[in-house]
Amino acid sequence: MKNILVYCEFEDGLIGDVSLELLSKGRKLANQLNCRLEAAIIGANLKGVEKQVFPYGTDVIYMAEDARLEHFLNLPHSAILQHIIRENNPQIVLFGATSVGRDIAPRVASALRCGLTADCTSLEIGDHYEKKSDTTYKDLLYQIRPAFGGNIVATIINPEMHPQMATVREGVMKKEIVDANFKGKIVKVETEKILNDTDFVVKIIERHLEKSKVNIKNSGIIIAGGYGVGSKENFNLLFELAALLGGEVGGSRAAVDAGYIEHERQIGQTGVTVRPKLYIACGISGAIQHTAGMNESAMIISINNDPHAPINQIADYVINGEIADVVPKMIKFYKKNSK
Amino acid sequence: MTKKLKIIVLAKQVPDTRNVGKDAMKADGTVNRAVLPAIFNPEDLNALEMALRVKDKNPNAEITVLTMGPGRAAEIIREGLYRGADRGFLLTDRKFAGSDTLATSYAISCAVKKLGEFDLIFGGRQAIDGDTAQVGPQAAEKLGIPQITYAEETLEVTNNSITVKRRLERGTETVKATFPVLITVTGSAADCRARNAKFVMKYKHARTISELADAAEDYIALKTKRPYLQIDELSVADVQADDTFLGLSGSPTKVKAIENVVFIAKDAKVLSNANEEIEELMKELIANHTIG
Repeated sequence: MKNILVYCEFEDGLIGDVSLELLSKGRKLANQLNCRLEAAIIGANLKGVEKQVFPYGTDVIYMAEDARLEHFLNLPHSAILQHIIRENNPQIVLFGATSVGRDIAPRVASALRCGLTADCTSLEIGDHYEKKSDTTYKDLLYQIRPAFGGNIVATIINPEMHPQMATVREGVMKKEIVDANFKGKIVKVETEKILNDTDFVVKIIERHLEKSKVNIKNSGIIIAGGYGVGSKENFNLLFELAALLGGEVGGSRAAVDAGYIEHERQIGQTGVTVRPKLYIACGISGAIQHTAGMNESAMIISINNDPHAPINQIADYVINGEIADVVPKMIKFYKKNSK
Repeated sequence: MTKKLKIIVLAKQVPDTRNVGKDAMKADGTVNRAVLPAIFNPEDLNALEMALRVKDKNPNAEITVLTMGPGRAAEIIREGLYRGADRGFLLTDRKFAGSDTLATSYAISCAVKKLGEFDLIFGGRQAIDGDTAQVGPQAAEKLGIPQITYAEETLEVTNNSITVKRRLERGTETVKATFPVLITVTGSAADCRARNAKFVMKYKHARTISELADAAEDYIALKTKRPYLQIDELSVADVQADDTFLGLSGSPTKVKAIENVVFIAKDAKVLSNANEEIEELMKELIANHTIG
């Protein structure tokens, strides 16, 4: 039986949110393929970590515990993950598209000579017929992602060279506990036999990590700005409206690239995926890379001076106008009517 | 430092997907590359700058720009030379067509081996036409050397090591590695310096052999006098790559389907920016508890 393996990120006693989201998706795929869901956890002080992972329906945890693995380091973590994959031969391996996942996944894919698709927005199971060789491949992983600046959506498959590997951004899949009392099996991985001193040639000198100050993913109201906002100063209007409504400010990639707003607030395929009850898109044209990260919002209001902006097609309300004009009016009339 | 540092910069010519117009897609759903300007991949410019800063402090360091692509990608090498790189190679061959990231990283690793000993490889974290961030780590693995991804700043370079600050989601991490090492650089690193007028004068006539084939005779005479004007091309045979690991046959990932993006249009309510209409909307949102 070829199973589904999720590489779980672990830091400061916690499994990463993105990993739990992937386990949730992995469980569904495993049910569909009638195989097991497995997790690889590599780190130090892993005692009790299974309690965070089993409720998502994880059948097996490969646990590699070693004091030297407290913080993520590419070479030792890659070596251990390669070992786990070679020993257990999963058909699918999933990674978060984080700085950790995007560091380890290509290294491991290269060593195993298998395919890897980055930043998938959807994963499905399906067949593929290859005309040239008249071969049908059953139950492949369809790795679906926007491509080429978001102008197209591509379905990528790895017919021959398995495992099939993919990375997925945080927030794209939904975190869903299957059974709080679910119990799977733990398999210990002997790190001593896998690791060499040469795996530690890159040394961490210093770390300055902060808890994220921005919490866009869980915000019920998001005011997002695009390149059309025009300036950092105009973004202050968005912050004012967000503060007033109890929401957060997000931005499109174009706004981040233009330096209007920090990367942490980027929404879309290469940023965060959000599902708020209200999404106000200010000066965002609506490339699919952006809409992939927000089109499940319950209500979308688009403010744009281009009546033909693509985002207007998925909006519930379209306001034709300039940001500097419309947003202050929204602030004014909210204040006037909210009491 | 007395040792001559050998640095390779990996750079890619990409279509400028950031400024895609309405005519970027053809009627059949394929990308109309002809209308998209070809540019130096932005994060590769950050990588070039990081390499140039190492050279600023170690003037006898040698920077080689390596790019893979069609003949017109020679432009990337000229751009590198204009900014302070010492030489460049264009890895070009029809057999590369259809390569995914795995096949691409194999080709690059073969070319790097062909170039000989090196201490540092810098490249952009990712290219804007794919955003995969895979080729750097894959090439490092194929070369059997460690990688440092998401590099933002070089803090120290010694005879045999480099200390780099990485930019992560929630902060920074400083790591130290001994040579050789491959480093991928994020867009938050220092912007690349402008072209240097002196280097532009020196290298503006630099051409690849293919480009020279179309050049006038007096041009060839010029090149003979100034051999640094020749940009070397590397083929599959030159870098002794195995065909089966290249192109479609060397690429595990296949594109099964491409769809044009079609929005299923909702029936949006369209408002103007008139006071009354915006006030009405805010009242409605308050009334149905969307806000407030």
